[in-house]
Amino acid sequence: MAAFTAAELEALIPRLRRFARALTGNREAADDLTQDALERAWVKRELWQQGTNLRAWVFAVMHGVFINSARRARPTESLDVLAEAGLERVDESAGAETAIAISELRSALQRLPDEQRQVVLLVGLEQFSYAEAAQVLGVPIGTVMSRLSRGRERLRQLFEEQTPDRHGLRRVK
Amino acid sequence: MDRQVNEAQLHAYVDGALNEAERSEVEAHLAAHPDDAQRVRAYRAQNEALHRAFDAVLDEPHSMVVGAPSTARPSRWRWPMALAATFAGGAVIGALLQATLGAARAPDGPAPIARQAALAHDAYMPEVRHPVEVAASDEQHLVAWLSKRLDTPVRAPSLASSGYRLLGGRLLPSAGEAGAAPVALFMYEDARGKRLSLLVRREPSGGDTAFRYAQQGSTHVLYWIDGPLGYALAGEISKDELSAVSLSVYRQLNP
Repeated sequence: MAAFTAAELEALIPRLRRFARALTGNREAADDLTQDALERAWVKRELWQQGTNLRAWVFAVMHGVFINSARRARPTESLDVLAEAGLERVDESAGAETAIAISELRSALQRLPDEQRQVVLLVGLEQFSYAEAAQVLGVPIGTVMSRLSRGRERLRQLFEEQTPDRHGLRRVK
Repeated sequence: MDRQVNEAQLHAYVDGALNEAERSEVEAHLAAHPDDAQRVRAYRAQNEALHRAFDAVLDEPHSMVVGAPSTARPSRWRWPMALAATFAGGAVIGALLQATLGAARAPDGPAPIARQAALAHDAYMPEVRHPVEVAASDEQHLVAWLSKRLDTPVRAPSLASSGYRLLGGRLLPSAGEAGAAPVALFMYEDARGKRLSLLVRREPSGGDTAFRYAQQGSTHVLYWIDGPLGYALAGEISKDELSAVSLSVYRQLNP
């Protein structure tokens, strides 16, 4: 008596992959994380309560896999990985300036603490409500708000540090 | 900042989570506070940049399916983990040496059982595919096997009331004493994937002790001796939660 169907879970794969890619900054690690999360969500499908938010539940499962494994992998996340993430193909229609901005965003994201990166991505990229993000992470909503606030501000500072250095231009206020 | 407009509302404004009245309140605030207006613009630009950077992933082809056996899948994710575990292991061994040296001077340093539990928990907790040798689906066999190897009846207490289910268990070598019986390790997991390890081993000195607490890195351990067996429960959960689970273990073993 599956609580949800394999097809319903598969429909979430593109969004799980997008979030995992942004979270890990690495294509292969992201797809392994997604695959592990899918397996775990499928095995544990009886624990999902009908009528509740399936997407938030599956993201919570992925968060569980991530904290059990990715945190331990962080010491080996070398500069090579970051460089590789930055070099990843960007939308061809984008101009060179956009490509640079995107690669800067990717490396700035990886410099955020996990906790802040998760919230910035859940809210800003995956467009979860604050309450849903709290459910995904298993923390109070106030914690989501403070991590969001710190994460966005840190990201803004990282950009302002990068911009004058890399382009020799100072942003005009 | 105005009395009515706080940090949370600025973010809710960025994320389109306000109703019309709240929105115009924030807009009035922004008109009077250019610094906040600039932050709001920067945060909005971040959200847009995130989509530009990652939305392409949505359309990438992939070969993932749900419900198919995939044990043959090459496991790149775990290679960095294995390496990281090696580093973590080095750190743990360093910490152990230090703890051992410290213990010579301070008889109240963490007991060997607590260190062994923390070490085992840190080694096996991150495993996605092989956290245990024998899975809980084979619990009868697991318990019989471990009881035989420890040469004393052991059992895997149920932590269902605390929200954890048994994943399974494994056998570990003794912590050092020659001829000592090996050690049993049970692993549990909650619905969110958080794990706890329960180490059970023979205590030649026997006796009963109170719950004692130790910490190694982010792993917390509660341990106690109950007759011929010593127990140590390890996990990255708060001391309070760990105490509650330990108490439930203790009660089940002493009905």
